[in-house]
Amino acid sequence: MAHVKAKRHGVSLDMTAMCDVAFLLLTFFILTAKLRPDEAVQVTPPTSIAQTPIKDSEIITVTVASDGRIFMGADAQPVRMGMLDKIGEKKGITFTAAERDQFRIMENFGTPIANLKQLLNMESAERKAQGVQTGIPCDSVRNELGDWVLYARMFNPKQRIVIKADGEAQYKVVKNIIDALQTQNINNFNLITGQESRPVGSAKKKE
Amino acid sequence: MAEINTSGGGKGDKKVRAKKMSTKIDMTPMVDLGFLLITFFILTTTLSKPVVMELGMPDKDDIKPETQPIKESEAITVLLDKDNKIYWYQGADPKTAEVVSTDYSPKGIRQTLLQKKAAVGEKFVVLISATDESSYKNMIDILDEMAITDNRRYAIVGFGPAYKAAIKKGETATK
Repeated sequence: MAHVKAKRHGVSLDMTAMCDVAFLLLTFFILTAKLRPDEAVQVTPPTSIAQTPIKDSEIITVTVASDGRIFMGADAQPVRMGMLDKIGEKKGITFTAAERDQFRIMENFGTPIANLKQLLNMESAERKAQGVQTGIPCDSVRNELGDWVLYARMFNPKQRIVIKADGEAQYKVVKNIIDALQTQNINNFNLITGQESRPVGSAKKKE
Repeated sequence: MAEINTSGGGKGDKKVRAKKMSTKIDMTPMVDLGFLLITFFILTTTLSKPVVMELGMPDKDDIKPETQPIKESEAITVLLDKDNKIYWYQGADPKTAEVVSTDYSPKGIRQTLLQKKAAVGEKFVVLISATDESSYKNMIDILDEMAITDNRRYAIVGFGPAYKAAIKKGETATK
């Protein structure tokens, strides 16, 4: 009696369909992904149960690093140019065309006005080096942050202030920023936080 | 896996035939790469979705004259200290009230807020003050607790010597 040999099947299967799906999803994710802006400092904001998504136009972002340094940036390039010109006028500093161009493409910066020229003449990789950007002064003696925000809002008063502070930053720094901006009658702030799920059994939000 | 046919011609063949190549391509590495990239994009997009917490501060120049005084029994003061410590006491005067130490866990300040709110009702007011050494995270956490307990009436107030004394009192009470 002859044994019936089991037919050997090839292990290969048609991957075309799978490949199609994979690349379809890939395209979707690439297109929806947002490029992370080139920021001068890495910040990890604390988490909260807030649900409001961040508006990404017409905002002035004030970033506070964990060591208390303050950075600032406006999202619109015309606003950036405008505030640089105004600050230059006020402090008697003239910026060259190349420097202005550098400032236009800078997402945010954190240096006293006196060192700004020096910063603009650096390569963008050098700017992130330790100790280069010492933060924008914001206290009762030298309130440069207030000046920047004032001039930025001069070009578009609708801009909202978004504070993005590191969880480890001292509250004192944020308080100083809020105090400084309240003198300009800015009373509404958006604090950037990470997402966190609402705890079970918490009070329901009333509409 | 790779489907490349290399079936040689018969031995006796005189003519050299063009080899017939299979049109199948091995797609496994391509699919691997595709899914690797998908994984990367999924992880980077969903994890970094920032949200904002709205914070409205009262206008400094525009203090309304008709503000009503708050009853001591309807208010508590919460003080945020360094090293993630919280102290709270009933009312606004730390001299007479007992200063209690608590923490940011769900069993800590949240329970206090819920209990007080249940006892007082809608008029419940929380005064929040933070020392200079407290971190920004502490402030966000306490504002978050306000949202969790659905407490709309709260105020962030400056830190004064009276609060310093209260924290001292709370520290000695816990020892």
